[in-house]
Parts: sequence; C-alpha cells; structure tokens
Amino acid sequence: MSTTTQSLPAAAVPGRSIAAWWQAAPFTLVFALFFLIPLALIVMVSFWDFNEYELLPGFTFKNYISIFAGCGDASDGLCVTLKTYYSTLKFSFLVWLITLVIGFTVAYFLAFHVRSSGMQTLLFVLCTIPFWTSNVIRMISWVPLLGRNGLVNQTLMGMNLIETPVEWLLFSDFSVVLAFVHLYTMFMIVPIFNSMMRIDRSLIEAASDSGASGWQTLWNVIVPLSRTGIIIGSIFVITIVMGDFVTIGVMGGQQIASIGKIIQVQTSYLQFPLAAANAVILLAVVLMIIWGLTRLVDIRKEL
Amino acid sequence: MKVRESRPASFWPLAIVFSLFVLFMYGPMFVIFILSFQGPEGGLTFPMRGVSLHWFAKLAEGLGVVDIGAALWRSLGLGVAVMLCTVVLSVLAGLAFRKRLAGGNTLFFIVVASLIMPSIIVSLGIGLEFRLIDNGIKAALEWLGMESALEGYGTSLGLFTSALGAHLTWTLPFGLLIMFAVFNRFNPAYEEAARDLGSTPWQGFAHVVLPLIAPSVVGIGMFGFTLSWDEIARTSQAIGDVNTLPLELQGLTSTVTTPSIYALGTLTTVVSFVVMGITLALVWALGRRGQGRPG
Repeated sequence: MSTTTQSLPAAAVPGRSIAAWWQAAPFTLVFALFFLIPLALIVMVSFWDFNEYELLPGFTFKNYISIFAGCGDASDGLCVTLKTYYSTLKFSFLVWLITLVIGFTVAYFLAFHVRSSGMQTLLFVLCTIPFWTSNVIRMISWVPLLGRNGLVNQTLMGMNLIETPVEWLLFSDFSVVLAFVHLYTMFMIVPIFNSMMRIDRSLIEAASDSGASGWQTLWNVIVPLSRTGIIIGSIFVITIVMGDFVTIGVMGGQQIASIGKIIQVQTSYLQFPLAAANAVILLAVVLMIIWGLTRLVDIRKEL
Repeated sequence: MKVRESRPASFWPLAIVFSLFVLFMYGPMFVIFILSFQGPEGGLTFPMRGVSLHWFAKLAEGLGVVDIGAALWRSLGLGVAVMLCTVVLSVLAGLAFRKRLAGGNTLFFIVVASLIMPSIIVSLGIGLEFRLIDNGIKAALEWLGMESALEGYGTSLGLFTSALGAHLTWTLPFGLLIMFAVFNRFNPAYEEAARDLGSTPWQGFAHVVLPLIAPSVVGIGMFGFTLSWDEIARTSQAIGDVNTLPLELQGLTSTVTTPSIYALGTLTTVVSFVVMGITLALVWALGRRGQGRPG
C-alpha cells in the first residue's frame, strides 16, 4: 500500500471535484455518523450526571473526580485507576516488545533470506491465514494446552519434571500475554515486511562492500529503513492492547483488570457518564503514545 | 543470472525460528479441531476418547439457553450487509480520491484515526449515540401524544443500524487502503482511450475500470465479510438485545465446559475458510478472464 493522494491524477476538467464529492459522500457520512459524532458524544456525556435510570444532561466534573478519587494520596499505594493503568500499560509494553522481536525476525527472514518470490508469497500467506479465524477460537485453543490437565502439564509430569500441575499457565498474566502475542504478531509482521521489501537491495551490498558485519548492516541499514513498518505495527499492537477487554477477560479468567474491561462493566450497569469519562482518559493516553511514536515517522507519507 | 550463493550462516537459525513461529500459530488451533471430534466420553483435554461427530450433534441441539443457529444466521446476514456496503462505499471513495478532492486529507486522517482507535471507545460512542436517539424519539412520541407507538417502541440499537455502522468503521479503512493500492498501479490510459472513443463516464467505469479492478473489489468484499464475522469489541456496546455469533461464543467460554465449544470453533473457522476459498476462486476466475482478453 504505497500511495499518497497528492500523486494521484488530478481532475483535468473543472467541476470534477464536485462529482468527486458526491462519490465520497456516502463514505464520509458513515464516518461522520459512526465515528465523529459518537466521539463528540462521549466527550459531552463524560460531563453529564446520571442516576440508576437515566442520563442527566449537565456539566459536572464528578465523573472524573470519582475516577481519580484517592489517587492524590500516595501513602496507601496506588488507587484503583492508576493500578489498572499500570497493569494495562505493563501488558501493552510486554506484548509490544515480544511481538516486535518476533515480528521483526519473521519479517526479516521472509524478506531477506527467502530467495524465490513464489516461496516468499507462500510463506507470507501461511503467516496471515490464522488472522482469518475467530479471535475467541484462537484464545480458547490454548485451554487444552495450558489447563490444569492440559498437554503441557501432562507432558511435564510425564517427564517427571514436576510433581503437581503448574497452575499459573492458564488464567494468568502469562496466558494473557501469550494470547495477545498469538493474536496480534501479524499486525507487526505485515507492515515491517512491507517496508523491508521496499529497501533497495544494493544498499545492503554497499554496506557489506564497505566492510560492515552482518550485525552492523542490520542495525545501521535495515532497522532504520524499516522504521515506518515498525512504528505502524507498534501503533496497532499498542492501541489494541490498551483498549482490549475480550482477551484479558477470557484468558485472565475474568480476574485481571484493564481499562477496556472497566468501561465495559460500567456500560453494563448503565453508568454511561462514568464509562465515557474513562473512555476520554483512555483516548488521551493512547493519543499521547501515538503522538510520541509519530514524532519518529510521518505515517501519512508512507501509507 | 547470478551464481547461486551459499546460504549465510544466519539462515538456518532464522529458518528454525520461523518454523517455530508457524507451529505456534497453527498448533493450538489444530488441537481444538482434533478435540472437537472426540467421542461422547471426551473432555476438554487430551487424551482423545474415541472419534465421533457427537459434539457437533450436541451443538445443533443448542448450547444451554443460547440459540446458536439464530446467532449464526444473524452474523451471516450482518456479514453480507457489511460486505456489500464496504465494497460499494470503498470503490466510490477510491474513485473520488483519484480526482481532486477538497478535504481529502482530512477524510484520510479520520479514516486512519478510526482504524487505530481502541474499539471499545468507538463501540461505547455508538451505543451512547443510539441511546440518545432513543431518548429523542421517545420524547418526540410523547410530545406528539402517540401513546400506542410509544409503548411499542423498543430501541433503535440493532443489527442493521448501530452494529452495521460499528462494523463499517472497522472494515471501510481496510477497503479504502486497498483501493489506494489498486489505483496506485492503475493505468489511466485505458480510461482515456474509452473516453476518446466516446464512452460516457458510466460506460467507462462499467466496461473498462470495473473489470480491471474486479479481483481487488472481490478482495475488499472478503475483507469486509471476514472482519465483520469475527468482530467482538466494536459490536459489544452497539448491538442491542441480540448477539452475534462471536459475542455468544465469548459468553460461552465461561459457561460451556464440553467439546461442543470446540465444535463451534471448528464450524466458524470452516465458514471463514469457505468464504476465503470462494473469494480466491472468484479472484482467480476474474484474473483469467482479464488475461484472456486482447489488449
């Protein structure tokens, strides 16, 4: 996907731009109705009051205050909100690091070590096929492996390495991270592979002719030139993990908190203004992370 | 031609890492496909106790209070609707972006923002929007004094209103990016030729552009359907009273403790692959037809 809208042929005939707008109108309307207005409503409702039955229009900071209640007091540890953010950020960081290392390695192998382009396509498609099956199915497929009587425990016990089944394999931080890596490494591989394929191969030859070692070439040539892919992949993985409640719910045995889960629970109790205030805070955090990442690269130019 | 060089020393370790990765991707899935064919005595883990279609039969009878069949049809219906909307709207927007489009940059920015927005936020926003619309409609009905209509009114949240919109915020960005990739490689000379020969814009589109981009359009349709078919996070707050199959499935993970749930997993995966298979066959057929033509 390499294009910029500016480089597309512009209309030669005057009046075309009006026709273009009619063509883009339904598309634009969908995003206005189901993206922009809902976002604006979240911000608006986050300042509303509510009781058990209904939303009460108004302007109050109550929701934000109650979210951060007790956070100013550092003496008895972190408050619930900060703890939840800490745990969510921890998962994001761990998953980001692991998917980045695996994604980069796999993309590097595919882009630079597989020689025939037919084989390259075949192996690439092989990596993307699991993406097309249901996420919940891919999550629960770990149960027969990691469960108390699962394959891993059976094997370890059969080899007499452990006496009793290992309990922390399933419904734990471990299984949550594992499931995230299993589900979303694809989001790293595809953009990194895409930017690696666009690297001019003669640059690598030049590096090795100038006497660079394999590692030097990797670090000084390939990593900087795949930066765009790395950033795009990172944005995907981090925003998905930050907002997730399904994976953490299913793989954490409904025991681990996350911001997404808090929002979901508050919605189910019809505490929309509270959920909206949480969503606004989450949005601010995610935007700050993305802003930090995009300082490193101009995505608009690269897509 | 270059002489075939020997493999660099890093090839084999990397090849092993890649194989392990593929095993990691596919291994667990194959485990549940196998376990879904357990005999009636089988449980959630190995060893296999017999081989049968017992758990598929159980699935057909229904799991607890959940009507799997109805959820499956709802998801299929929604998937088809999302697919059609994604194809039509993406192609139209793709055509629009080829011309000078005032505000095109802003629109593109919004589309990318929608793609990377945490799904729970989009979902919550759409849920809120439709609840506020509900309040508005109820207030209007009350004001108009239409008591009977007011009592019969449920909610505007639904499969083909809020859920459809929620899915489109996820599928349309993919559709537009694919259209960009398509038109980036598109040679406008064919269109100009058609225009020079006196075709109307519609004829030029229907007889020249559309056949050339047809395989990609089919691909966009596949993206639309499969992304919708598996979607949970954006649907969760925007669905109303009934659930789609993935949402039911998510609920079942904590209540169902028989291999029926693996059977359901196998079944939904089969649907995904059938859709992919049909799509690839169509793309292949369209590509062949395109090649067979002169010019």
